[in-house]
Amino acid sequence: MTESLKVNVWRGTDVGAFASYDVPRSASQTVLDVVTHIQRRIDPTLAYRFACRVGMCGSCAMSVNGIARWTCRTHVASVARDGALEIAPLANLPVIKDLVTDMREFFDKWAKAKGQFKGTKTRHDDFARIAPASPERVAADAGIECIGCGVCYASCDVVGWRPAFLGPAALNRAWTLVNDPRDVAQGERLRAVAGDAGCHACHTQGSCGERCPKRIEPTAGIAGLKRLAARAAVRGAL
Amino acid sequence: MTMRTVDYRARMHAGYWAFAVHRASGLALALFLPVHFWALGLALQGEPGLDGFLRWTDSTAFKLGEWTLVMLLAAHLMGGVRLLLIEFAPWSGPRKSLIALAMGCGVATGLAFALALIV
Amino acid sequence: MSAIRTQALLWYGQRLSAMVLSLCVLAHLAGIIYAVRGGLTAAEILGRTKGNWAFGAFYAVFVVACAIHAPIGVANIVAEATGERGSWSVAIASLLALAILAMGLRAVYAVVAP
Repeated sequence: MTESLKVNVWRGTDVGAFASYDVPRSASQTVLDVVTHIQRRIDPTLAYRFACRVGMCGSCAMSVNGIARWTCRTHVASVARDGALEIAPLANLPVIKDLVTDMREFFDKWAKAKGQFKGTKTRHDDFARIAPASPERVAADAGIECIGCGVCYASCDVVGWRPAFLGPAALNRAWTLVNDPRDVAQGERLRAVAGDAGCHACHTQGSCGERCPKRIEPTAGIAGLKRLAARAAVRGAL
Repeated sequence: MTMRTVDYRARMHAGYWAFAVHRASGLALALFLPVHFWALGLALQGEPGLDGFLRWTDSTAFKLGEWTLVMLLAAHLMGGVRLLLIEFAPWSGPRKSLIALAMGCGVATGLAFALALIV
Repeated sequence: MSAIRTQALLWYGQRLSAMVLSLCVLAHLAGIIYAVRGGLTAAEILGRTKGNWAFGAFYAVFVVACAIHAPIGVANIVAEATGERGSWSVAIASLLALAILAMGLRAVYAVVAP
């Protein structure tokens, strides 16, 4: 293990350059520790996001050696080849400053995909009965843990090639709601997620599932949406 | 807006390579098809018409091209079967074993075709 | 028909034609590996195909499936390579579909018609 790390960090906005910093290594150091050290001890003008620092909130997602990861859950020892690291902001998102991206489009697409639950029951109605082992609930449960960190969105080439593409997170969220029998906006939702801006543009590259820190596989949900949309289109219901 | 695109290092996983091979082979085959049909259409001029063309196919360069296309076809077929399973069969992950199988079938088909050409 | 419905149906058509093609291509690969042994002459090929209407029917289906399958895939490639300027991808795809259908059926006729 080298004594210090040579860390290249992106400085600037969408236009900028990598700046190099020397950071002392320590045991069990994470990439977030490295960024924090730079900002607190070397260059206070460095902008970055974090919150929980224990792998629960997803705020610290950045590109580490080109791959989108949670920096608080990435040990330096596992990614620093020859004592060197490259840290950049997430791809496919506009850069506000340094390592901070503008997440608005990510969440706007979530809304565009009808990623909000819509129900009609009130507190005066009886509870809905959902069997936990039903195929729909199992499918929904597989995607429900998403915390909106943006790693999948930043890993998807189709997002880069088609600006209107909703992206894996939004489509995954839509899939969890499509599988919720309590939701009443299904027709609307299917129309929102079908087509070339939606599920049909997915080419099953699988980068989303490959990189998701929660091990969610949006490819599964997107395949499900493709099937539902195709059937609805044939029936004239799309 | 010049947003950062996905880095090449993030593309280094089996699922992405499967996509790349599938897209490249599909494009090559799509461009090849009209040429293939034109060549077969020469049969409208009877045997001499087709034989005239087949003489060209005796060159090594041509045979190499044919062999490549046959392997691309086999790879595209197996990669496509994997995609159909992912999209229509019950979900069981990205089916990475099928990527290996696709490559294996591509190689096997290539060997079979090469043997048929040589023997 | 809405754009979304068209896109969904195109996706479905491409996948259905893929299923048909998976069988056709398997048969075709087996066939050409068998046929190519010992060299290829027009007499050999046409001897097998002329008047063979079953062969003709099979390859006609093959051609139609290709004419559906390939252009939709190529349309995606063009759209993504040119930044989604939709009109180019539709034009190129339609041209390819026409070319494959017309030249393909002509080729089937050329080798099957006695």
